[in-house]
Amino acid sequence: MTETIHAEPRRRLSPRKRAQRWRLVQYAVLVVLVGLAISLANWSQILDAFFRPDLTWTTIEQGLPKAFYYTVTYTAGAFIYGLVVGTILALMKLSSVGPYRWLATAYIEFFRGLPAIIVFIAFSLLPLGIPGFRIPFPPYGTVWLALGIVGSAYIAETIRAGIQAVPRGQIEAARSLGMTAGQTMRKIALPQAFRIVLPPLTNELILLTKDSSLIFVIGITVEEFDLTYYGREIANNEANMTPLVVAGFAYLLITLPLSIIVRRMERSGAKAR
Amino acid sequence: MAEALVRINDLHKSFGDLHVLRGIDFEVGVREVVCVIGPSGSGKSTLLRCINLLETPESGQVFVDGEELTDPDCDIDTARRHIGMLFQSFNLFPHLTALENCMVAQTIVAGRGQSEASKVAMHNLERVGLGDKVHAYPAKLSGGQQQRVAIARALSMEPALMLFDEPTSALDPELVGDVLTVMRQLAEDGMTMLVVTHEMAFAREVADRVVFMDDGQIVEQGPPQDVIGNPRQERTRVFLKRVLDPTHVQPT
Repeated sequence: MTETIHAEPRRRLSPRKRAQRWRLVQYAVLVVLVGLAISLANWSQILDAFFRPDLTWTTIEQGLPKAFYYTVTYTAGAFIYGLVVGTILALMKLSSVGPYRWLATAYIEFFRGLPAIIVFIAFSLLPLGIPGFRIPFPPYGTVWLALGIVGSAYIAETIRAGIQAVPRGQIEAARSLGMTAGQTMRKIALPQAFRIVLPPLTNELILLTKDSSLIFVIGITVEEFDLTYYGREIANNEANMTPLVVAGFAYLLITLPLSIIVRRMERSGAKAR
Repeated sequence: MAEALVRINDLHKSFGDLHVLRGIDFEVGVREVVCVIGPSGSGKSTLLRCINLLETPESGQVFVDGEELTDPDCDIDTARRHIGMLFQSFNLFPHLTALENCMVAQTIVAGRGQSEASKVAMHNLERVGLGDKVHAYPAKLSGGQQQRVAIARALSMEPALMLFDEPTSALDPELVGDVLTVMRQLAEDGMTMLVVTHEMAFAREVADRVVFMDDGQIVEQGPPQDVIGNPRQERTRVFLKRVLDPTHVQPT
């Protein structure tokens, strides 16, 4: 018996040892690449172009908190609009009345298929195209509407999927207790659907936060600059990238915590099921 | 038999090409406990779900308490308030506590105030032996406890009739007894019950009448000692042999 096992020529290294060697090679390659980058790059020039300390401070102090506030406000308003309109669209898409379904589908497919920037440009041209046309609450109204329309199309699909993910048995149990279709939707289906879609909805919020930078095409006054507009303005004046980098990091202050929250929710959601 | 609470005339139901119910005529008397047995796919769950119109039958009539539920102009939501239903998978509302599960329909359907609804819910949760779990969410309860909350939820609407769709089939064997005990108590309290089940011992001891269904039809019905103890039809005999003596090898 033992003869046949050793009949095959033995390999010189065990699989464990071979894996060890292979990992060693990978580390070696990494060290060489990093070493090359450090020795070849012109560090003083890079630091000067992207991370100038004095400009970093000027950017923060001159109005970063205000720009931050505007980005958050623009996004929050659009998200609320998107949530309300998105829920209505989701319910329309699940309606038993055909024309409601068609309207919702047309809206969703149209605005999901379009680049967001086209919607923004359209809103910037509206007052020119239709003389006398004004959207209330300048500049918020325009931004909320433009960003909200794009967001609502995505949010509608998310919420529809959430409603359909509520098990059939839940609906049957509610109806068998005598609840009407509407009561079942409000008290049983929607509360569970929102719990299911909380992680994807937070992702939508992250996307909206980033898309809020597109308002630069609408044209707003200095007082109402969001992070991107603000960073670009100073970067232009100073002919240096540092302000833009600072503005970029300010976005991360919003998006990174949200991503972490999403990951937490997904983990606890997976546990609950 | 006393007067009929449920009356079914020539009921037919198909799912696509599958003819699941092929002409059911059937009655359940007031305070009667009827157990429906039969092989899987025989249509017994569908029959139950046609009674409160969770499934819409193709033809035939369903009367509950004298009202025709199959009438297109029947207010089915109002009729369902008096027909409690239990499911194999419990279907408790996971976002509500045990107490809230028993209260939600009372407040929004029956129009009761919070304090009255809460009192009724508490009473029924105590009745099923869960007075100490009122604030627990379904995820924290065992299957047997969840099914008992579901019974309390149905009872809170003060139903005249209760439908049980294989209420213990999803339970671990050691939890079945708790649920069956509650159901037996309900029967003794005079509830009208229609129970689709595989629990032959329960059917034998608790049912007033046992109905054997196969292939979308009622094959045989009568007192449990006759249908289970001494079946007249060959199909009933074959089914019971398989259920009561599963290790027995039957040449087919």
